[in-house]
Amino acid sequence: MSSIGSDVAAAVTLSAEATRRIDEIVARYPTPRAAMLPVLWIVQGELGWIAPEVMEWVGNRLNCSAASVEAVVGFYTMFDAAPVGKYKLQVCRTLSCELMGARKVIDHLRERLEIEPGDTTEDQMFTLQEVECLGSCGTGPLLQCNFRYHENLTPERVDALLDELRGSEPTDDVTPIIHERPSRDAYREMFPATSR
Amino acid sequence: MSAPKILMQRGLDHPGKSHTLETYEATGGYRAVRKALDMDPLAIQQEVKTSGLRGRGGAGFPAGMKWGFTPRDSEKPKYVVCNSDESEPGTFKDRWLLENDPHTVIEGIMIAAIAIDCHLAFNYVRGEYSYQGQCFQKAVDEAYAKGYLGKGILGSDYDLDLVVHYGAGAYIAGEETGLLESLEGRKAMPRNKPPFPAVEGLFWCPTVINNTETLAAVPWIIENGGDAYAQYGTEKSKGTKMWSCSGPINTPGVYEVEFGVEMMGFVEEYCGGLMEGVGLKGIVPGGSSVPVMKPEQCQGARMDYEGLLERGSLVGSGGFIVIGDNVSAVDCLLNLAHFYAHESCGQCTPCREGCGWIEQLVGEIRNGNGRQANLTKVLELADAMAGKTICALADAMAWPAVAFIKNYPEDFAKLCAGGVDLEALGEAVSRHDHILPRAS
Repeated sequence: MSSIGSDVAAAVTLSAEATRRIDEIVARYPTPRAAMLPVLWIVQGELGWIAPEVMEWVGNRLNCSAASVEAVVGFYTMFDAAPVGKYKLQVCRTLSCELMGARKVIDHLRERLEIEPGDTTEDQMFTLQEVECLGSCGTGPLLQCNFRYHENLTPERVDALLDELRGSEPTDDVTPIIHERPSRDAYREMFPATSR
Repeated sequence: MSAPKILMQRGLDHPGKSHTLETYEATGGYRAVRKALDMDPLAIQQEVKTSGLRGRGGAGFPAGMKWGFTPRDSEKPKYVVCNSDESEPGTFKDRWLLENDPHTVIEGIMIAAIAIDCHLAFNYVRGEYSYQGQCFQKAVDEAYAKGYLGKGILGSDYDLDLVVHYGAGAYIAGEETGLLESLEGRKAMPRNKPPFPAVEGLFWCPTVINNTETLAAVPWIIENGGDAYAQYGTEKSKGTKMWSCSGPINTPGVYEVEFGVEMMGFVEEYCGGLMEGVGLKGIVPGGSSVPVMKPEQCQGARMDYEGLLERGSLVGSGGFIVIGDNVSAVDCLLNLAHFYAHESCGQCTPCREGCGWIEQLVGEIRNGNGRQANLTKVLELADAMAGKTICALADAMAWPAVAFIKNYPEDFAKLCAGGVDLEALGEAVSRHDHILPRAS
């Protein structure tokens, strides 16, 4: 366990493995600050989210102010400056996915989890977020559960996923789960129907 | 419609194995970089210039020329950065390369490094591509283990390190100078240019930054020669392009074809046509930033740089989004306006204010509270944004805004309170559609 820097940052403790990886990563870059994103990934992975004292710690480690760390954390959507649920469900809402029924998937999740996008269930199990293009447009609708993609979703497949997640622990395996393409009938139910 | 497979052949021939070093080497991998080590760096650059290879990330700048802008006599270190921050809506071709042929990308990075005398290279992979980043990292590890990367690569006296760097969720980090800012540990706010990265890039040192697909074409070019590559495609659009196809089509996916194929033939032959019961409303051929094309613009369009420009659109990143006639253009534009408003980095006023304002105006129309004045304002805003900011994100909002209104005025008119005078709207469009890309 180690801690460095100011009084606030002293409250932050990371595992020996995390500090070792941070040292290794910082050494790879021409400036310590360039290791900002990878170091934030490590601390978020270890602590779940990036609290103010953690920003202070990272700033001390990378020779920059806590404020500049805060600016970075706030800029990138994958960093969490507040606690999130055990499973973070990020559903792509951008054009290709919307064309194939992302709205139905998002609405289904809202109903099932009884929360709005941006919120976390009371049991801290699920955080639901709408996110922008996940770069998997040929197999939309899709969502990212923590770091794993679940592609070609339908409301039924969302139900099965939620049941599966409730009965298991988060996995490190990020291999995408690519379901078979939904049937024409399934799409008919999901397609946005606005103009006709 | 036959297509040479420069980028995807290995993946198609060796499914499930193409990503391994073993398969890569058995199919000619790492031969080009050996050749490059024996070449004069300027000769490498010349081959790439001869090939006519243009940047596949969206801007289409000639790759060899970009390399040639790096100073030969710099005292500073030089860097090569591969841009795998694939985030342009509709685009998922680099995902395919990272998963199925990561060694080609590595070899392309190595050759670019040798061509400019760089000894530390980076691949910036978008944070959401955890799996693809792992695939690429595994390939990098294999390459290090065999001595292809690190000290004295491939038995030469040339040192080269390659670092995989993950983003963390920001479309604008895909803009090349935004990416460099991000890689230096800051918000991905694009830099004012000049200086261009070739002169002052990463850590203010000379830097070549290319898209993943661009670099993946380099080993083939060095192995077979720039002339051989230039045999493919059309007069001004050389080689092949990977198109990532999405929307209500029967076979979405990534397809590599020679530049110059006819668009509706491509939709039938590669995309499997539209799904049963869905008619064609339009196609956004090059990622969400490029102008949408109506069916009559698509019919007979050549899928290359000039062909699409003649029809009022662009190759962009090759994100080929087919839009069915079951959706309203209002919804499409609202979706994209939300995207650009969310992704604007906020440093330029026209973009920061304009994207959000367009979203609000189109949203009012969608909800039945908008009037014709909303459309006029959207067009004025687009005009006030395009070409007036540090990077092209403002243009990327302005182009679809004008193109959707220009091409589908009835969709907007249907939802506007008080109706729309289509003739007056047409006049407003013609006052502002000079911002759209057009053949000179």
